[in-house]
Amino acid sequence: MSLLAKRIAAARAEGRAALIGYLPVGYPDVDASIEAMVAMVEAGCDAIEIGVPYSDPGIDGPVIQEAVDVAVRAGVGIRDVLRAVAAVADAGAAPVVMSYWNPIERYGVARFAADLAVAGGAGAITPDLIPDEAAEWLAASEEHGLDRVFLVAPSSTDARLRSTTAASRGFVYVASTMGVTGARATVSDAARTLVARTREARPDIALCVGLGVSNGAQAAEIAAFADGVIVGSAYVREMLEGRGADGVRALTADLAAGVRRAGVPA
Amino acid sequence: MTTTSPPQPGELSLPARPGWPDETGHFGIFGGRFVPEALIAALDELTEAYEAMRVDPAFLEEFARLQRDYTGRPSPVTEVPKFAEHCGGARVLLKREDLNHTGSHKINNVLGQALLTKRIGKTRVIAETGAGQHGVATATAAALMGLSCTVYMGEEDTRRQALNVARMRLLGAEVVPVSTGSRTLKDAINEAFRDWVTNVETTNYVFGTVAGPHPFPAMVRDFQRVIGDEARAQVLEREGRLPDAVLACVGGGSNAIGIFTAFVPDDGVRLVGLEAAGDGVETGRHAATITGGTPGVLHGARSYLLQDENGQTVESHSISAGLDYPGVGPEHSYLNDIGRAEYRPVTDAEAMEAFALLCRTEGIIPAIESAHALAGAMRLGREVGPDALLLVNLSGRGDKDVETASRWFGLGDRDHAEPGAGLDEDQQPTEGAVSNDEAVAGQDAGESA
Repeated sequence: MSLLAKRIAAARAEGRAALIGYLPVGYPDVDASIEAMVAMVEAGCDAIEIGVPYSDPGIDGPVIQEAVDVAVRAGVGIRDVLRAVAAVADAGAAPVVMSYWNPIERYGVARFAADLAVAGGAGAITPDLIPDEAAEWLAASEEHGLDRVFLVAPSSTDARLRSTTAASRGFVYVASTMGVTGARATVSDAARTLVARTREARPDIALCVGLGVSNGAQAAEIAAFADGVIVGSAYVREMLEGRGADGVRALTADLAAGVRRAGVPA
Repeated sequence: MTTTSPPQPGELSLPARPGWPDETGHFGIFGGRFVPEALIAALDELTEAYEAMRVDPAFLEEFARLQRDYTGRPSPVTEVPKFAEHCGGARVLLKREDLNHTGSHKINNVLGQALLTKRIGKTRVIAETGAGQHGVATATAAALMGLSCTVYMGEEDTRRQALNVARMRLLGAEVVPVSTGSRTLKDAINEAFRDWVTNVETTNYVFGTVAGPHPFPAMVRDFQRVIGDEARAQVLEREGRLPDAVLACVGGGSNAIGIFTAFVPDDGVRLVGLEAAGDGVETGRHAATITGGTPGVLHGARSYLLQDENGQTVESHSISAGLDYPGVGPEHSYLNDIGRAEYRPVTDAEAMEAFALLCRTEGIIPAIESAHALAGAMRLGREVGPDALLLVNLSGRGDKDVETASRWFGLGDRDHAEPGAGLDEDQQPTEGAVSNDEAVAGQDAGESA
C-alpha cells in the first residue's frame, strides 16, 4: 500500500480526515523552512507537501509566489528538497514533494524518483503535469513504488476524472475552485460536487481537497466530505509574517482540531 | 493573387499543414500540454472549435475579408537595393508586415483568435505582451469585435514601450503592469495564465506567439502562415524563382513560423531564424533560446529554454522587448533538431547597425525585432555572395522604438542631431558588430565633418 494511502487510512481509522500542510523549501532559508515543517508534523500534520521552488509558478497566488521567489533567488533546488523530505520522514509524517514539472525534468526523472525513494519520500504532486504527458514519471514512480498525485478541477470532464484518477496513486488532489492558490473567505460548493463526481469516477482512492482552505472552520467543512484537507498559503503567510515554527504550530493546532470536528466522511 | 474581387465561399481553404504537430500537439519531443488540469477543458474547447472553424467557409470568408479590408493584406514585397549593398551584394526582398494595420504581423493572429472567441461565446479576452505589439493588436481586435480586453505587460516593458501602453488604453483595453519575477514578457504570460484559470468561463486567452500549450502553436501558425503563403507567390511572380533563403527574427517565433511554413517543403530554400543575442551569447546576457538553451518545459510546452541547473528559467536580455523571452515556440525547436531551419544569434549592436542602415538607405524604420532579421541578412549575404536572393520578414515598424533608438545612437540630447548618423551611409560594411560606443563615436565624427 502506498505511504500516503496508509497515512490517510490511519486518520480515517481515528474518525477524522487527514491534514496535509504545504511549505516551500527555502523560505526564509532552507534550515528555517525544514524546522517549520518538523513543527507542523509535531503539531498534527499527517503529511507535508514539500514545495520545490520554481521561477514560474503558474497556479500560485501572490503569497506563495513571494516566498518561492526568495528561495529561487537563493538557488534552492532538489538537493535541498531531499533534505527536507528526510527530515519530515524522520519526524513521523509522510513527505510528498510538490513540484512544477521543469525542476524534476531538469534533475532527471529517473534520478529524481530514485533519490526521492531513498530519502523516504512518499511521492510527488505535479500541478502542471497531466497524466497524458507523464509517461516517464509513471514508469519511474512505478519502479520506485512512489505515489503520484495528479489534480482534478471543477472543469474536468467525467472522462478526464476517470483517466486522471486511474493514473493516480496515494490520493487525488481535488482543486476546490477554478483559480490560483491563496486563502479564500469561503470554499466553494464546487468542492463538494467535485468530490462526489471524482468518487464516482474512482471510489477506491483518497480524495484530498486544496485551494483556499486557511482555518479550522473551513477544514471542518471540507473534512465532512473529503478524506483529507490541504492547506498551503495560510502556512506560507505565517512564514512571510515572521512567525516561523511557532506560527505554523499554532495554525496546525487550529486545523487539526477542525479535521477532528467533522467526523469521518460519509 | 487577386485583391479586388471578394473571396467566394468554398473557394477558400487554409493550405495543407506540415505533418506536425500530432493530434496531441507534439512536434517530435516538443510541444504538448504542461498545464494545470483546470485549463484542459478550455484547451479542448478551443481545439475543437478551431478545428471546426478552419474548414468553415463562412469563417474563412470573414477572416479573408478582415485581412483584406481591415489589415490591408496582402502586404507588399519591397526590394531594397541600397541596403543590399551592405549584404555582400546579395539581393534583398522585404516582406512588409510593418505596413499592416497596427504596425506588425501580430494582427494576423489576433483577428483569427478574436473571431474564435466570439464563436465559442466568450465575451472577454486577455493577452500578454512584450513590446506591446501583440497587446495593441489584441486591443484593436477587441475594440472591433466588442470584446472586453485585459493585457498583461511586464512593468519593465511598460516603461520601455510607453507609447504602446497609451495606444492600448486609447483602444479601451485595461493594461496591467506585472511586477513579479523579471517583470518582462515571461512574467506577463504567468499572470495571464493565472487570470485565465480563474476566469475561464467568460474569458479566452489570445496567445500572441507560436508557444504555449496545444493548440496555440499550431493555431497561431495557421493564422500567421498567410505571410509566407503570400510572399512565396509574390517572389515567384516577380522573380520566376524561389528565394535562396528566408530570414526572420525569433522571440517566441510567430512571424518566423508565419513566413517559414509555406517554404518548409521547398528543400532548396534555407530557413534562417535570428535570435536576440543581447550583449552576446557568451556573456550570458541574451535571449538566444535555441543557440544558448536546453530542452525543458515552460509556459505549457516542452521546447528549448534558458534555464539554470535547477530548472529555473533564466532571465533573458535583449534591447528588443519583443524578443526578450527565455522560451521559444516548440515548432522552432523541432525544425532546428530535424535540421530544416537554422538559428543564429544577433547581438544588440548588430541589430542596431542594421536598424540604422535600413532607415538611412531605404527610408524604412524597422522594429528593432525585425532589425535582427536584417542583421542576419547582412551576414548571410556576405557568406553566400552576390547571386543570392534573400527574403527577409520585416515583421513590424519601428515607431514604438524611436526612443530606444534615439538613446542608443545618442540622438536625444542634441538639438540638431542628424538622424541615423550612427552609421554613415558610405561607411563600408564591417564584419563584426558595431558597439554602442563605436556607433556614437561614428555620429560624433559625422557631425564634426
